[in-house]
Amino acid sequence: MPHDVATPAETELNVAVLVSVGRHPLTARARRADQDARAVEMALTLPDADVRLIHAGRHDDDSDSALRGYLGMGLASIGLLEQPSGADVVPALAAVLRDASPQLVLTGARAETGEGSGLLPYLLADWLGWPIVTGLAAVESVEHGMATVLQALPRGQRRRLRVRLPAIATVESSAPAARQSAFGPARRGGFDPETRDGVRDDALSEWHVQPARKRPKRLKIVKAASARDRFKAAAAKAQGGGGQVLEGATPEQGAEAIFKLLEEEGVVRRS
Amino acid sequence: MLDTLLPILIFSALALAAVGAVRRVRLWRQGRSSPVPLIRGLAAMPRRYLVDLHHIVARDKTMSNTHVATAGGFVLAAVLAIVVHGLGLAEGVLGWLLLAASATMFAGSLFVARRRRNPPARLSKGPWMRLPKSLMAFSLGIFVVTLPAVGVLPAGGWLVALVLAAVVAWGLAELVFGMTWGGPMKHAFAGALHLAFHRRPERFSDKRGGEGRSTGLKALDLEDDQAPLGVETPADFTWNQLLGFDACVQCGRCEAACPAFAAGQPLNPKKLIQDMVVGMAGGSDARYAGSPYPGKPVGEHAGEPHGPIVARPSAQAQGRTALVDAETLWSCTTCRACVEECPMMIEHVDAIVDMRRFLTLEHGNTPNKGAEVLDNLIATDNPGGFDPGSRLNWAADLDLPLMADKREAEVLLWLGDGVFDMRNQRTLRALVKVLRAADVDFAVLGAEERDSGDVARRLGDEATFQSLARRNIATLAPYRFTHIVTCDPHSFHVLKNEYGELGGNYEVFHHSTYLHRLIEAGRLNLKAMKASSVTYHDPCYLGRYNGEYQAPREVLKALGVELKEMARSGYRSRCCGGGGGAPITDVPGKQRIPDMRMNDVRETGAELVAVGCPQCTAMLEGVVAEERAEVKDIAELVADALVENAAPGGAGNRPRRDTEEVAL
Repeated sequence: MPHDVATPAETELNVAVLVSVGRHPLTARARRADQDARAVEMALTLPDADVRLIHAGRHDDDSDSALRGYLGMGLASIGLLEQPSGADVVPALAAVLRDASPQLVLTGARAETGEGSGLLPYLLADWLGWPIVTGLAAVESVEHGMATVLQALPRGQRRRLRVRLPAIATVESSAPAARQSAFGPARRGGFDPETRDGVRDDALSEWHVQPARKRPKRLKIVKAASARDRFKAAAAKAQGGGGQVLEGATPEQGAEAIFKLLEEEGVVRRS
Repeated sequence: MLDTLLPILIFSALALAAVGAVRRVRLWRQGRSSPVPLIRGLAAMPRRYLVDLHHIVARDKTMSNTHVATAGGFVLAAVLAIVVHGLGLAEGVLGWLLLAASATMFAGSLFVARRRRNPPARLSKGPWMRLPKSLMAFSLGIFVVTLPAVGVLPAGGWLVALVLAAVVAWGLAELVFGMTWGGPMKHAFAGALHLAFHRRPERFSDKRGGEGRSTGLKALDLEDDQAPLGVETPADFTWNQLLGFDACVQCGRCEAACPAFAAGQPLNPKKLIQDMVVGMAGGSDARYAGSPYPGKPVGEHAGEPHGPIVARPSAQAQGRTALVDAETLWSCTTCRACVEECPMMIEHVDAIVDMRRFLTLEHGNTPNKGAEVLDNLIATDNPGGFDPGSRLNWAADLDLPLMADKREAEVLLWLGDGVFDMRNQRTLRALVKVLRAADVDFAVLGAEERDSGDVARRLGDEATFQSLARRNIATLAPYRFTHIVTCDPHSFHVLKNEYGELGGNYEVFHHSTYLHRLIEAGRLNLKAMKASSVTYHDPCYLGRYNGEYQAPREVLKALGVELKEMARSGYRSRCCGGGGGAPITDVPGKQRIPDMRMNDVRETGAELVAVGCPQCTAMLEGVVAEERAEVKDIAELVADALVENAAPGGAGNRPRRDTEEVAL
């Protein structure tokens, strides 16, 4: 899809990408996090974008090779927001983003280390009061402070959204794969440290952390007589069935509907 | 009249040659520094020329005789012509010697002319087509002008003298200052200096009978962050590499041997070297007169000494090209067939890997599965991305002794990444069975082993190679073993020839060599093999890289096999297509290299092809054809031929030995 020619005032799109230290699923070695790397890739492919990488955390021997993995994609430096271990990085990140005022903030949907709850983009959006787009698949155009983006939905479906900038967008594995990280630029790249007071994450210190166990998966038993049936069963959409689309609902009506669903599913009990 | 004309002609030709030489040397000196022993190199040059170079030229007897007559005659005639006609010393025997030399050269040039009548496709045309005429002009001209000097003929009139002077001038132009100003005879000047200042002096034979072999890639200095990572521009090559490119005679033997060229992939080693010459001087490849890269017309690429050799992908997307396209460099299987065939001792593979290094380390642009494989090597120490802890899963029932437990063993069995491949696991099981039958004291590293770094290095990722190599060397350091045995020629080559530069020096054997030694020592009890007709495929990294052609054949002989050799075997063996990361970068061509190799096998009529390399096994077994020959590793053939329970070492006393080891 051809990118629209930006007006002179908008030639430079300021993009900030939040990157974290990833962990290889088999060997647990530090690496660039897959989703974050895809976010960097997406930023680098935007035309006329001024891309800035921000890592909130620590830069030490353990994280060096992982962070240089992002630099190896062809960036001169990473903004390093030094935070003590166990800190809640949301306030510091929000402060930095408010000061830097990028038009678009990209990040992976979920970190590979730490809590990995996937909540950070939402909390940031909440702090900053910016809209959030999840599952970003492509940025089609940016003009007059609005971005037209494609959002990835399950089963390869795409939804076109228009979002007012500044905005936060998260990138999942539906986004294009990250480019190769090259040794030369990775070695040359530098870190721009910036100190912000770390806020201790009190909740985290009370948590008990243990390695995740693989949960057993329910086997899908397909009783099909013919190849056609087996194919249909394999290719069928997950049947939600009881879905409901609310249009023109007030926030209260929406909240009521969600609460009702949670009740039906037994997630919450009305006391 | 000739008496005055000839000295003027000869000395002005020499003066022009000297000017040209200075210009040529300045072209080479654009390259990076590379210290060489100047005097010792020049002193070694005649032997390198007369022994090593001639040894390669002499693979084609007609051509070597032609070259001896033409080049020998020319060198003698040129020296004598300076003395006789330049200095006017025709007395006595000198004139007659000059007559003999120019006559010999003329005879040689007739053969050169004959070869140029219907030249094979591998020869370059263009200026090379006029060379026999120039050779004849020189030899005939010198011969005729010498006749009066020895008093056989009277000096002719001024018209005859002018015609003769013109002929001699033509000859001098091509053969004396053409040598340094470019043109076919450049190969003599550049070639002589290339032999003297070769980047791998250890590849030449020596007087004490050493055969001379130097095949390990040279390490990049990664400690110095100013040192360039590979080669971006022609000027990034070392000066003696540039000199080597300039020595090319465009004989096209490399082209005829190149498996990628034959498969229609966009690589021609000769063209690549000529492109480097074009880049060194600056300009376009339009004047190249040989076979192009398959599918890439000549005249679309140009370069300059300080310009990029390969265009960035962003520039390529806009249709801009540089000197060479990336897929040309990624087509190479690093089989060294070109280097083996090159009479000028040019190191094509070094140059290709140098350029790949830049593409991988600076552009971050290893094609196809390259990036994924390199990421896997970094994260899991094996190219497939398997759990490193599962390295020994294939041998769960074999109870392999671990180095970590034993601390010392006679043989360290290096298993290689074939442990993750079900086909190679069969080979490994066979090898373990044979080692146990021979009662060899061996141990494996198990989960401590990593990829040797071969693939990373050939894909240009020197950083990952050095990281893997250094960690492997550190793993091996505390253990005591006499030698390493491996069934993977790639690991074999890297451990033997490329770890030394990083501080790991080991005695390494390929399993075929080791099995041969076991058989020689009478430690294996073998019965004759049943298979009727067998051929043997030489793996590049065992044969050309390490000169081991005999041991596998001896092992097969011990199995009672009479080999049906392929037309291309031994040092001319055709690559299976599996080396140099070629299956990973997977550059498309018109046909597949392993298919061509299995056709070679079919031509022998053999029902079984013996191999000694997991890559070759995978590539050759991947060939889909009716009545395809069976592919079996030498270890499997030996294991099949073992006479159970009768081995001289006796399998019977093994358990007792094991208990002793545990007690240690």
